[in-house]
Amino acid sequence: MIYLQLFLSFLQIGLFSFGGGYAAMPLIQGQVVTQHGWLSMEEFTDLITISQMTPGPIAINSATFVGIKIAGIPGALVATGGCILPSCVIVTLIAKLYLKYRNMAMLQGVLNSLRPAVVAMIASAGISILLTAFWGSGAAVDLLRTNWVLVVIFVICLVLLQKFKMNPIWVMVLAGVLKVAAALVAGA
Amino acid sequence: MKRKGEILRKLFWSTLYLSAFTFGGGYVIVTLMKKKFVDQYHWIEENEMLDLIAIAQSSPGAIAVNGAIVVGYKLAGMIGAFTAIVATIIPPFVIISLISVFYNAFRENFLVSQMLEGMQAGVGAVIAAVVYEMGAGIVHGKNPMSLLIMAGAFVAACIFEVNVVYVVIVCGLIGVVRTMAGKRRAGK
Repeated sequence: MIYLQLFLSFLQIGLFSFGGGYAAMPLIQGQVVTQHGWLSMEEFTDLITISQMTPGPIAINSATFVGIKIAGIPGALVATGGCILPSCVIVTLIAKLYLKYRNMAMLQGVLNSLRPAVVAMIASAGISILLTAFWGSGAAVDLLRTNWVLVVIFVICLVLLQKFKMNPIWVMVLAGVLKVAAALVAGA
Repeated sequence: MKRKGEILRKLFWSTLYLSAFTFGGGYVIVTLMKKKFVDQYHWIEENEMLDLIAIAQSSPGAIAVNGAIVVGYKLAGMIGAFTAIVATIIPPFVIISLISVFYNAFRENFLVSQMLEGMQAGVGAVIAAVVYEMGAGIVHGKNPMSLLIMAGAFVAACIFEVNVVYVVIVCGLIGVVRTMAGKRRAGK
C-alpha cells in the first residue's frame, strides 16, 4: 500500500512539474510534507540543500531520499519509477508529434502561461523554507523568537549571490560554516 | 547489429558520466549533451539537437531525464531511451542512498545540525535569488496576463495553500485558451 502511495505521489510530481530546476520543489513540498507528512519541513529543507550540492535532478533525488526513508530501497525504486514514468510517455509522444508536424506553438503557448505560475510557486515554497529557518516549523512569526543569526546569514548569502555572483554551492557551504562558527562562539 | 551495441554502450557511459558530474541542473546537462553527441560524436545534427532540447525543456518532469529520453530514443529507439534513462538515474540514486544513511546517523550530531541549519538560510537565499531573476524576466515582459497569473498563483499557493497541482492545471488551461484566442486573432 505504501509503495502505491509513493508511486502515485511521485507520479504527480513528475507529471505536473514544468520548467525544470526548482519547478518540482513546490510539488514535492505539497506531496511529501503537506499531504503525506513523510518529511518534516526541516527534513524537506535539508533535502533541497543536499540536492543543491549533489548532481542529479531535485525530483529524482527526492524520490530516492523519501523512498528510502519510508520504505527502504524498494520504496526508492518505486518512487523513482513513478517520477520518471510521465516523462517517458509524454516526451516520446511529443517527440513523435513534433517530428510529424514540426509545430510546437500550442505547447509553447501553454508554457508561456505556466512560467509565471511556476515562479510564484517557487517563491511560495522558498518562503516556507525561510519561515522554517527563521522561526522553526509550525511556529508563529514572532519577532522576539526570531533566529537572528540565520537572518544575518541569509542576508550575507543574498549579497554574495546577487552582488558578487558567487557560486550557489559555495554560498551554501559558507552559510553552514558561519552557523557552526556562531554556535561555537556562543557556546564558548 | 554490432554498431547498435556499440552505440548503446557509448550512450550508457556518456549519459552516466554527464549525470554524475553535472552540477547546476537540467539546463546545464542538455548543453553538455549537445557538446557530446553533436560536436564530439557527430551522432545528431545541430538543428535536430536544438529541437530535441526544446522538447526536453517543454515536457513535464526533470529536464536531465527528458534530455536522456529524447537523445536515447533518437539514437536507438526504445532500447536507447531506456539505456539513457537508467544511466541518468544511477548516479543520483546511488549518491542520495549513501547520503541518506549518513543523514540519519549524523543529523543529531551538534556540528552537523548547526551546519545544516545554517545551510537552510543559505538555500533560502539561493531560492530567493532564483525567484528574483525569473520574476524580473516576467515583469520586464510587461504582459499584463502573465503578471496577473504570477500574482494569482502566488496568492493561491502561499496564502490560500491551494494544492499546486491545481494551480498548474488552471494556468495550463489559461495557456491553451490564450494560444487559441491568439491564433483566431491572427487568422482574421
